[in-house]
Amino acid sequence: MELTNEDVADILALLDSLPYDELDLRTSAFRLTLRRTADGGWTQSRQDLAPPVVLAGPAGDAAPAAGDADGAAAGTPAPGPAVTPTGALTDVTAPLPGTFYRAPRPGAAPFTEIGASVEPDTVLAIVETMKLMNPVHAGTRGTVAEILVANAAAVAQGAVLLRIERA
Amino acid sequence: MTHGLRRVLIANRGEIAVRVIRTCARLGIETVLAASDADTGSLPARLADRVIAIGPPPAGESYLSVAAIVRAAQAVRADAVHPGYGFLSESPRLAQALAAAGVVFIGPEPPTLAVTGDKAAAREQATAAGLAVLPGTRAGLDPAAAADAAAMARIGFPALVKAAGGGGGRGLRVVRDAAGLGDAVALASAEADAVFRDPRVYIERYVSPARHVEVQILGDGERVIHLGDRDCSVQRRYQKLIEEAPAPGLPEAMREELHRAAVTLARHLRYRGAGTVEFLLDVARGAFYFLEVNARIQVEHPVTEAITGLDLVAEQIWIAEGRPLRLRQDDVDFAGHAIECRLNAEDPARGFAPSPGTVTAATFPAGPAIRVDTYVQAGSAVPPHYDSLLAKVITRGDCRDQAIAAMRGALDRCQVTGIATNVALHQALIATPEFRRGGVDTSYLERQMRLATAGGAASG
Repeated sequence: MELTNEDVADILALLDSLPYDELDLRTSAFRLTLRRTADGGWTQSRQDLAPPVVLAGPAGDAAPAAGDADGAAAGTPAPGPAVTPTGALTDVTAPLPGTFYRAPRPGAAPFTEIGASVEPDTVLAIVETMKLMNPVHAGTRGTVAEILVANAAAVAQGAVLLRIERA
Repeated sequence: MTHGLRRVLIANRGEIAVRVIRTCARLGIETVLAASDADTGSLPARLADRVIAIGPPPAGESYLSVAAIVRAAQAVRADAVHPGYGFLSESPRLAQALAAAGVVFIGPEPPTLAVTGDKAAAREQATAAGLAVLPGTRAGLDPAAAADAAAMARIGFPALVKAAGGGGGRGLRVVRDAAGLGDAVALASAEADAVFRDPRVYIERYVSPARHVEVQILGDGERVIHLGDRDCSVQRRYQKLIEEAPAPGLPEAMREELHRAAVTLARHLRYRGAGTVEFLLDVARGAFYFLEVNARIQVEHPVTEAITGLDLVAEQIWIAEGRPLRLRQDDVDFAGHAIECRLNAEDPARGFAPSPGTVTAATFPAGPAIRVDTYVQAGSAVPPHYDSLLAKVITRGDCRDQAIAAMRGALDRCQVTGIATNVALHQALIATPEFRRGGVDTSYLERQMRLATAGGAASG
């Protein structure tokens, strides 16, 4: 059973009248640690341990309806390397974990394509993290040699997104 | 008549999902959490009776998909859907689709949502109801015709270009003089088109200094009551960071006028459900103007609960069950003062860089004057796909000073490791003489940040 906020309040009221400074309560469903602080207040750390009961998806068949929401272009394959680059390649990496987008919005032209000339401050893509759009800059002057990630794919921080052949 | 909801699908995530589950559990209502693949192991997933996966992590394919939510509601045979805030909470399309599927939407009626979701339409309705709106151009104005000299003489500079379909601070542009107007309209319109797929903009007087004050209302389609006001002026880029109830330092006459205006508009809209009427307070003129209606439960609702002793989610459910309001205005008592600080996974010292990741430890304050609404525990994932809100720390006191003192102690006891948080910023923001005096304006946070950058005191 779940421990409610009211339960915690009751336990605290009880503890206040007792000489203990810490309570560590463990059941199969949760762990609650209450600690008295120097100023007489309390802290709580909780962990609810009961595993979630996950049902099978509603008819795991149906993909989201087309045009149902933004981001419908997910899964467009990455163009991949076109020509064997000859110069030195520079990795362009994700500044943060998030979702990689090649265009400023769904349906718009991509920021860049393979073979495009770029300057260090050219925006090549965006990585959306926590609803913030983070521009991905080329960081070097050269030519876009490879685009390694598909549009709307999840990327880890530091993941290589594109490679630039330095001018 | 839809008495007695027995199973509610919660179409949201994070702290608000936890919050809604707690009230449902108390009321004996079974909960099913609609979770994206990023959230099937989250705290609300553990607390809900059951979880149904609705799609991949990107919100567009899960939490923002009307089809996915309706399918999930039907699959689990839910009586109702609670949409929380954000995502599809104010979507007339979801409300309509659920109605067609015979599922109750816990929120206002679709025609109400259509009006409140369109800033221009809401402005027209507010004017029709007799509320003061900021001097501005007509709603949904063609951008090309915006630079009308007569209109601008009435509005004055600086002016604000706003997206009719906007929200969350996107699609806003401040214009300092007539020369900059054309460009600002074009930019705001392009941004509005990109973000909201609606290029319509309008122009309004830009008020500075301004305070953001709002009134909580409850309606059953016939009768409307208010649950007092809140001040949400501590904001960064139109995102609220600290809220309190009641709004400090308002003349009583103005406070009553605000309440009356909110109730009048809600009555005009035949409002059904919980909602918030937002106002902009022009500090220099001592006047307030209608801003917009938020037709949902709001992030900051706990400060209202703290001073009224009510459970707003329980009232939402009561109304959704097709019942008339169970409270009369006289039943609502206000006692004390409450403050809320929003703990976000962001690093103010690094330009507010978002900080998703895995929480290694999470310790929060506990005590009779303290409430913490959170989905974060040791081991919790903070996914990069959604907003950065981790926890809301709410403190209550008999007076404002007491609530602030309790907040200071509460923040000192917050410890979340594994990701960056803005706890230190909150500690600095509530400690300044200006905040302690009360009634700071909407530029307060940016001013404090500038001071901190210049080597001042507000850095943590």
